[in-house]
Amino acid sequence: MFRLLWHHLAKTPPSPPIAAAQTDGHAGEAVLVRPLPDGWCGTSVHMRHVDCGSCNGCDWELSALLNPVYDIQRYGLDFVASPRHADLLLVTGSVTRHLQEALTMTYEATPDPKVVVAVGDCACGAGPFSGAYACGTGAEDHVPVHLKIPGCPPSPAMIIAALRALLK
Amino acid sequence: MIRKVLSAWVSLKSDRQGNLWGTVLPEQGPEVAQVVHGQLGLPLTMMVAVDERAKSGVYRLTYLFSLIDKPAFLALEMAVDGQAAEYPSWTPAVPAANWHEREARDLLGVVPVGHPDPRRLVLHGNWPHGYHPLRQDAPSEVAATAPRRFSFRPPGEEAMQIPVGPIHAGIIEPGHFRFTAVGEQIQALEANLFYTHRGIEKWCEGKPVMTVLAAAERLCGVCSLTNSLAFCQAVEAIAKVEVPPAARYGRVLLCELERLYNHIGDLGNICAGTAVALGTMAGTRIKEQLQQLNDALTGSRFLRGILVPGGLRRPLAAEGIDKVLREVRRDAAMLADTLLGHASFMDRLDHTGIVDRATAWRLGAVGVAARASGIDRDCRRDHPHAAYHELRWQVPVHQEGDVAARLKVRIEEIEQSLSLIEQARAALLAMATTTTTTMKPGDWAAVIDEYPAGRGWGVAESPRGETVHWLEIDAQGLVSRYRVRTGSYANWPVVVAAVPGNMVPDFPLINKSFELCYACSDR
Ligand code: SF4
Repeated sequence: MFRLLWHHLAKTPPSPPIAAAQTDGHAGEAVLVRPLPDGWCGTSVHMRHVDCGSCNGCDWELSALLNPVYDIQRYGLDFVASPRHADLLLVTGSVTRHLQEALTMTYEATPDPKVVVAVGDCACGAGPFSGAYACGTGAEDHVPVHLKIPGCPPSPAMIIAALRALLK
Repeated sequence: MIRKVLSAWVSLKSDRQGNLWGTVLPEQGPEVAQVVHGQLGLPLTMMVAVDERAKSGVYRLTYLFSLIDKPAFLALEMAVDGQAAEYPSWTPAVPAANWHEREARDLLGVVPVGHPDPRRLVLHGNWPHGYHPLRQDAPSEVAATAPRRFSFRPPGEEAMQIPVGPIHAGIIEPGHFRFTAVGEQIQALEANLFYTHRGIEKWCEGKPVMTVLAAAERLCGVCSLTNSLAFCQAVEAIAKVEVPPAARYGRVLLCELERLYNHIGDLGNICAGTAVALGTMAGTRIKEQLQQLNDALTGSRFLRGILVPGGLRRPLAAEGIDKVLREVRRDAAMLADTLLGHASFMDRLDHTGIVDRATAWRLGAVGVAARASGIDRDCRRDHPHAAYHELRWQVPVHQEGDVAARLKVRIEEIEQSLSLIEQARAALLAMATTTTTTMKPGDWAAVIDEYPAGRGWGVAESPRGETVHWLEIDAQGLVSRYRVRTGSYANWPVVVAAVPGNMVPDFPLINKSFELCYACSDR
């Protein structure tokens, strides 16, 4: 174990730079579609992820934010395990029929004021399977969305940049 | 041999690829199933049901079994009357048919009589009774009814039920687990999945092949490459095209890159399940490095947009990848050695979540789950595709069937993948020609138009196990039926069987040791 720790502290080359990993996010810029609610903290933001039927691509990019390369906690952003602790919901997936209720319940369980971010084309309402019978058409149909981050999936670098823009 | 044994019920014909085809009468189904699975020992690969009532008044069901002494398959077809829409279930004889038959009942309304589990599987939410979306005459949209709750089996006396999900406490996909526990000990587990069901198979009907290729890549984020590979091979089987060598070796390289970033990511996840933060971080860091390599090589961190029926979209610039892979080899080996040599870590893994060989075989386990329980199955070797049969590699198998065995299989597969990538890279560099597709570049739509109608399937080994795509193309060159059975779909019932007898806090660890997807199982 110490060997591994030593190796990672001393021998591992510096983490690959963030800028090297931006190509998947070419779909467009993040857009603020609704003003942030009054009195929202804007610093030290606690985020809860809600998978509403994503293909897992967007989810993996969200969990990549926690790896040592992106290390999102250093920006004052972190993931929490319960909506009760959250200031912000990250929605991925097109909100499938089977998950509509779960999204609404999660939203209601989150204390006000809260911000909703749609991550990826699916959650933004432009997913690849729009029109399929159980697919749904994005987060906006069920909860008020503040920020849309397009991309299939958006790269971790793009997600970080968009989230940091929300901070005061 | 098979022909002779089955001659009392079916006469088998073989096709160009050596697959055996036969037609079974519905009333003889269970008997034939017993012979094929119980006596001949063939594992069920998938069952696909198609609504052909408009053409011939029947539902056509095809049970696909894998031949064990040959790289081909046995396809047994059955015509189920369109009016009565029921047939004797094969599940009592072939337990692995369980989900397939339940799915066909939900989506097409063909009822397996005598099936041990009459509950809904895929459409469990707010769907009206009698709505079967894959029937040709089904409306494409129906209004929601009041939510219907899944009927879990009631707990016994003194036991309690612990509901978990569908939204979990981490960045994970959704599914509902219901534990029946006495104190800390789990007596039974039921999984209610299909929350991310989007209706992709129906969406693909009537669409051109290239549109469906994009859909195949987006069924699942982290098995994108395997799914597109299986899909491309299904198209190639129908169109009878050969793939040029540069593309075959390129496919091996890409498929192993996918296995590598998934398996190494899972080493990190197992550490998260045992609270070894250092290992988690080491795992996610190497995974990130590999995903950036994917990006540099294909323009996608998930290896999307590179495969195409007939080959690859463009040649791979594989010269430069060896530097990153050398680092990955060194770092992954160090992580693996540290974990395997750490007594308190291994103590959590040994004897946890055991699946014995008989259970794994009965439930039709595939991939790492099968190979950690002593079942030597790997479709890269058993159903040769791409260039796997031209390379030197081994299929690691362990016998114990616990979390530790699944970890060891993964670690050994990481070595094999690195070696396969190295061999494929060397072969690519030595090749004079870089032609990567047999089809005309440019206008793919025009090329696809030349495809003959037909049906076929493609098989590939995802990091989770054998993945099969069944495809039917009509006379207009459009997809008329598409069904996907991924490694995760086959293995979920195995997870459920691995849990009873363990402690509640060990469930996340057991679940991570299988590392299954929800999205490509739910579709
Ligand atoms: S936007 Fe793309 S990557 Fe994200 S969930 Fe949808 S299909 Fe998957």
